[in-house]
Amino acid sequence: MPEPTHQDEPLLEVKDLVKHFPIRRGFLKRVVGYVRAVDGVSFHVMEGETLGLVGESGCGKTTAGRSILRAIPPTSGEVWFRDPVLGPVDVTKLDREQLRQVWRNMRVIFQDPYASLSPRMTLLDIVGAPLRAMGLATGKELEDRVAEMLQLVGLRPEYMRRYPHAFSGGQRQRIGLARALAPNPKFVICDEPVSALDVSVQAQILNLLEDLQEKMGLTYLFVAHDLSVVAHISDRVAVMYVGKIVEMAPTAELFLSPRHPYTEALMSAIPRPDPRPREKRILLKGEVANPANPPSGCYFHPRCAYVQDICAKEEPPLEEISPGHWVKCHLARELRLTGAVQL
Amino acid sequence: MSRVGSVFGGARARLGWRKESAEAKEERFYRAGQWQLVWWRFRRHKLAQAAAVVLAIFYLIAAFAEFVSPHDPLYRYKQFAACPPTGIYIRDLNGRFRPPFVYQVVRTRDPETMRPIYKANAEVTAPIKLFVHGSRYRLWGLFDCDLHLFGTEDPETAPLFLLGTDSVGRDILSRIFFGGRISLTVGLIGVAISFVLGLILGGISGYFGGAIDEVIQRIIDVLISLPTIPLWMSLAAALPQNWPQLRIYFATTIILSILGWTGLARVVRGKLLSMREEDFVLAARLDGESEWRIITSYMLPGFASYIIVSLTGSLPGMILGETALSFLGIGLRPPTISWGVMLQDAQDIMAVAQLPWVLSPVVFVVIAVLMFNFLGDGLRDAADPYAM
Amino acid sequence: MLGNSALVEIKNLRTYFHLPEGTVRAVDGVDLTIRRGRTLGIVGESGCGKSVTALSLLRLVPSPGRIEGGEILFYRTVEEASASSALTDVIDLARLEPNGREMRSIRGNQISMVFQEPMSALIPVRTVGSQITEVITLHQKVSEAEAREIAADMLARVRLPKPRQALDDYPFQLSGGMRQRAVIAMALCCRPKLLIADEPTTALDVTTEAQILDLMRELQKEFGMAIMYITHNLGVIAEMAETVAVMYLGKVVELTDVKTLFMSPLHPYTRALLRSIPQLTDAVARGTKKPRLQTIEGMVPDPYSVLPGCTFHPRCPERLPDLCDRVEPGVSEVAPGHSVKCHLYSSP
Repeated sequence: MPEPTHQDEPLLEVKDLVKHFPIRRGFLKRVVGYVRAVDGVSFHVMEGETLGLVGESGCGKTTAGRSILRAIPPTSGEVWFRDPVLGPVDVTKLDREQLRQVWRNMRVIFQDPYASLSPRMTLLDIVGAPLRAMGLATGKELEDRVAEMLQLVGLRPEYMRRYPHAFSGGQRQRIGLARALAPNPKFVICDEPVSALDVSVQAQILNLLEDLQEKMGLTYLFVAHDLSVVAHISDRVAVMYVGKIVEMAPTAELFLSPRHPYTEALMSAIPRPDPRPREKRILLKGEVANPANPPSGCYFHPRCAYVQDICAKEEPPLEEISPGHWVKCHLARELRLTGAVQL
Repeated sequence: MSRVGSVFGGARARLGWRKESAEAKEERFYRAGQWQLVWWRFRRHKLAQAAAVVLAIFYLIAAFAEFVSPHDPLYRYKQFAACPPTGIYIRDLNGRFRPPFVYQVVRTRDPETMRPIYKANAEVTAPIKLFVHGSRYRLWGLFDCDLHLFGTEDPETAPLFLLGTDSVGRDILSRIFFGGRISLTVGLIGVAISFVLGLILGGISGYFGGAIDEVIQRIIDVLISLPTIPLWMSLAAALPQNWPQLRIYFATTIILSILGWTGLARVVRGKLLSMREEDFVLAARLDGESEWRIITSYMLPGFASYIIVSLTGSLPGMILGETALSFLGIGLRPPTISWGVMLQDAQDIMAVAQLPWVLSPVVFVVIAVLMFNFLGDGLRDAADPYAM
Repeated sequence: MLGNSALVEIKNLRTYFHLPEGTVRAVDGVDLTIRRGRTLGIVGESGCGKSVTALSLLRLVPSPGRIEGGEILFYRTVEEASASSALTDVIDLARLEPNGREMRSIRGNQISMVFQEPMSALIPVRTVGSQITEVITLHQKVSEAEAREIAADMLARVRLPKPRQALDDYPFQLSGGMRQRAVIAMALCCRPKLLIADEPTTALDVTTEAQILDLMRELQKEFGMAIMYITHNLGVIAEMAETVAVMYLGKVVELTDVKTLFMSPLHPYTRALLRSIPQLTDAVARGTKKPRLQTIEGMVPDPYSVLPGCTFHPRCPERLPDLCDRVEPGVSEVAPGHSVKCHLYSSP
């Protein structure tokens, strides 16, 4: 059924999303502080595009994904999703029934292909779960749909009587994909879907994700720590550091001319499958800041090679310095940084 | 695939697949559900399987005690009080081999101590027969019968006391069989009560968390810090002396299970808490599954096997508890027959010295407890076929 | 020249795991040479036998694994008290008792290892300092106080900020990157001739990984030890290794210097592996036509299966009919220092 497309309106818009986890101590479990896992994140995803959300472990990218889904309740902020049935809704304000409706179109693929499938259910039950629970199909119809989904992700329909222990990591990730796509969603959050897989299998899954995006008109939020994977699959990329987006730009622009020193350092740090000597790598000092006790001003300033006095005092705003290129750095306009790719 | 192989250990090897094609056996393995995998793994434990067979025999004997016992456990053979175990012979005085038989027993008295001395009268023999007619009984209160699995035709003159008699002439083996009925089921009922309490309270604690969880956990802390025997003693002392046997029996099981549930509640709570964080549970929630279905279809099967292991582990404790309580005289009391009650006869050192065979219930207690432990070991290894 | 002489020669090493459901040939006829002061990289996907090769070398293969055959020749240097010259003697590690005195005097002393998970190499209830000094006093005749000095010095050399303070820290008080530095300090405190690094940066973030890789290269210059670097990450291999062995299902399929490996790989598996990794340059190709990743069809076969012929033939796009599925290829040296185990390159 053709629906009116809104090419210029985003499918998902996240506004100032915050997720703080309380730290409790002592016998009375008093709150002594907060882990600022996601600390004011704003971005949008257009229909049919892939937004890569990249950052190191603990930067809040997975928490951001789960807060958007409301798998965990966000502390504050708005998540606007253009649901095909409900219309534009703020996911954070929905009641339980509406949320279940939104979950038909907002799905997730998990990182760990072993933990994310119940070992005690057959593929029919696993892939059929969303169809049955959402009342989309039953009986023979459900079986047909599961068979169709399995075929779609490159598995044989006969496998539906098998249990997950029959499958390897890559195949399990295909099963997870079939489950996510079974209700024919619009938007899928891919939470590090290939980082647990071997290189050759990773390529198979990435290709499959791209094929299915084209075939089903999917929109992806692709959460990952591997910049090469993100560079390959994303249309635009957002870089997170300690709960905040520090830079966001179209993929080519970001990798050619990053404007945030952290992005530059991250790109410089990736080990490349190319033994030719390259320019001096930027080695960051110290380690990722503690989100329970972040530094003052710009969170990155203690490790930054270009730090100025202002960086420790004032938090820079996330500014659009050229169309579609957002940077959270006081020096964004002055610095000439090196990208991962040179033309 | 390497993970699959290592996880399931010998399950694949043990399927006895030789006649099937390689593909069919692979497929059978791939289509095996949780319980099938548990069973395949359990089958690798020879000791646990042997223990399961022994326990099955024990429970069968307890169920058919009237039929299996050669004597009425309450009947006193006055002429055979404190009689040692009867000898069984297969060769008569003429050196001929015959089916197993016993000699007639004649009692005399030691002229000095006046203690009875039992002698075999080699003139009269009585064959041991299967399915002999003996004392009348009503099996399970339903069937009138006088058939016994084995025994002699005339127990009043040529009796078969395989483990001797006690000081008033009751057959100890028959009493052990009847005692097993109580001692082995006290554990089962106690564990059933523990199971219900543990599952409900542990479930509430783990699922709701927060203040309810705190309260239940502190209650458990208090309960497990109480010394067991004095607690049981004080509770048992509170039972009215004039209660009927059945009610005492149930009260005892409840006393025993008061502590039994705490361990299970902790297991259930811990499993629930860790499972709530599992990716596949989150996935189920995002699939739109209801909370009830998440608990029953996703989480419960995940720790059902742990519960079984935990229950098997608590059965020996229950059996030992009954034995200890009854031995101390604060559990079951005569005329109820249980292994603990029987051991009351062994409280007197003199009695043990003169009638050492009254200690034979101990052997059965030890075997039962050991078998439960062996079974529990096997189940524990088999319980989680998906463990990495 | 000392720098080029062999330190360890692995010859036809076979390490099998006998499990109830069959035999896993984790390492199945591996030949490798580690030269003094050089870095040998071993790369392969999970289950290719790269870690078991390392564990075999240290005689730490977990039960039910066993070295079934082959030699691990260790050319160790015997310091003679009087003479200034050092003698070498050859010892076959595969013949030693895994927990015998001789093996223990080599392990952690002349050959040491750094694992993927730093927490698994440290005892959580003991301070970092006490664990390092224990290793030192075990292998060297020094007092407790001297050992502590050496430990502090080592922690400084691995660029741990405030090394003296770190001596009294417990492992949980250090971050992941710092822990791995402490583990490296522990591995290097006896100045080993060979350091085996099994995915030492896989559990770390990219920026921390870059720091650790940099550190290991500097320490190699400083201490002159040989490194056997095991990883699945081709990027890390390109940065760390001088010679690279590519492993597939327990066998080395290609062995060459790192430049040749990336510039002109020969084995179909190596070529496919290199084509299957996403490149940063893909970022620029967006917008026009999506670059597709090349994949290797199928997956790594069941570890219990014994494939006839070349183990890669079911997945190989270039397999020769009636040859690759029947005859196991030999190793052919296509150029000096570049050998391939593939029928496409075997001389008739």
